[in-house]
Amino acid sequence: MSVTSVERPDALATVSPGRVGAMLLRYLYLLRSSWPRTLELLYWPAIQMILWGFTSQFLMTNSSYVARAGGVLLAAVMLWDVMFRGQLGVSVSFLEELWSRNLGHLFVSPLRPYEWVLSLLAMSLIRVIIGVVPAALLAIPLYHYSIFTLGLPLIAFFVLLLAMGWGLGLIIGALLLRHGLGAESLAWLAVFLLAPASAVYYPVSVLPVWLQYIAWALPSAHVFEGMRTVMFEGIFRVDHFLAALALDILYIAFGGAVFLYAFRQARERGALLQMGE
Amino acid sequence: MAFSIISQAGVAAHPGSAGRPYVEDCAIVDRASHPVIQVSGLRKHFGDTRAVDGIDFIVPRGVTAALLGGNGAGKTTTLSMLLGLLLPTAGRIVIFGEDMLRHRYRVLPRMNFSSPYVDLPHRLTVRQNLMVYGRLYGLADVEQRIETLGSDLQIAEFLDRQTGKLSAGQKTRVALAKALLNEPELLLLDEPTASLDPDTGDWVRSYLEVYQRRSHATILLASHNMGEVERLCSEVMMMRKGRIVDAGSPRALIERYGRETLEQVFLDIARAGARFDPQAAAQ
Repeated sequence: MSVTSVERPDALATVSPGRVGAMLLRYLYLLRSSWPRTLELLYWPAIQMILWGFTSQFLMTNSSYVARAGGVLLAAVMLWDVMFRGQLGVSVSFLEELWSRNLGHLFVSPLRPYEWVLSLLAMSLIRVIIGVVPAALLAIPLYHYSIFTLGLPLIAFFVLLLAMGWGLGLIIGALLLRHGLGAESLAWLAVFLLAPASAVYYPVSVLPVWLQYIAWALPSAHVFEGMRTVMFEGIFRVDHFLAALALDILYIAFGGAVFLYAFRQARERGALLQMGE
Repeated sequence: MAFSIISQAGVAAHPGSAGRPYVEDCAIVDRASHPVIQVSGLRKHFGDTRAVDGIDFIVPRGVTAALLGGNGAGKTTTLSMLLGLLLPTAGRIVIFGEDMLRHRYRVLPRMNFSSPYVDLPHRLTVRQNLMVYGRLYGLADVEQRIETLGSDLQIAEFLDRQTGKLSAGQKTRVALAKALLNEPELLLLDEPTASLDPDTGDWVRSYLEVYQRRSHATILLASHNMGEVERLCSEVMMMRKGRIVDAGSPRALIERYGRETLEQVFLDIARAGARFDPQAAAQ
């Protein structure tokens, strides 16, 4: 007889803002305790923006594509960072618990796994804002380009890419729960596997036909196509928006389900006490 | 083989009871009728390995009990299942009358846990760690509770120091502070004084005695420190290869095995691999 089959989540509908806030506080304490960590959040988005800013300036006079909208590459790199930082925000906060071998204490407290997930997502949003907003502001004096000129569509692009980052972060979290710190490198590298098909800097039509099918299954490809349409033609493509939204819901639902399944499996294996460096 | 501490929770297990047996016996019956932990048919298999192989026991309210056994006996696995960190292969765990496999979140706020093998985050200060856990347990006035524990456990002077920079003894006291934040009615401890010097180990044991007396909490600890178990525990379950092979008060076990110390009993059980046979000993 396996008793584990009769277990059901207890009071699934109960989410305590206090416990979610406690976990958020834990990650904010951590961020505050180390200025190099905060600097690291700012550093890469700013460096990326500066690099692509100069590239854009060069291509403005050498490429008709870039000349059509001077900020297309800068907008792309900043929005890509939203997704990358969104995923990393979930994964790094998750990794902090593995590095500190803290899971054993956390899950003998009344903290529910889904409350932990909510705190990871909230922390991801904070990390994205800390990283990407200063880079966006820096681009205004440096290259006379403001991503905020995208207007309301920018909010849609931001949310859609952040949500995709969250979905990926949860899937990576599940892999970390399954394979431990041996899968740590996935947290840093996995998102780049999707970069070519996301068509960040070029239209999806550039891709081979077989890869285009994969691209259209990614919310990011719809967002970047939509972004270019806004910048080149001044049109917000609702079809791309809805496709990205639907895919995001699928990604997050899948990521959440896989994460909670992996969490349960970790309890089967006793990994919550053992996991760590 | 099933062991019930209730049936063995005699007067001898409670040294202060000798002069007032009737009252003490009543108290024992009262506690026994409301067991804090009830475990039946508990198993945990990892593939072919039977880490816990069908154990049954009951721990009454207000008792300090121990799971005693060598490395790999199944003590930590049992504690992990009681805490809900590890799902059993089979069996039932009832704590405070609630089925832990179905309603663990009703129970977790009333219990806590400490182990030298599970760290608190190193980069956070002691105060920050306690603040986070205090909020996880939903304490009304976390700061006041931290101040109280800081004073009680003599950790006030390093509340604002990073947890990772503390000595082993200081970390143990901080871990104990975390475990006592919610004033648990049930405290589970995994080798609470492992790797501590004798002085610090004695201090921790004294504190646990004081806490138990003051709060009437139930304490279950896993240990292979015989002196600790003899001093703290009124009931002992001896584990070997995932099974409880004997149980009783330290004094009762020592007498049953015809030994002078609990350590000798432990060695008998660990080496014989079976429950002691008093008749064979008499011959």
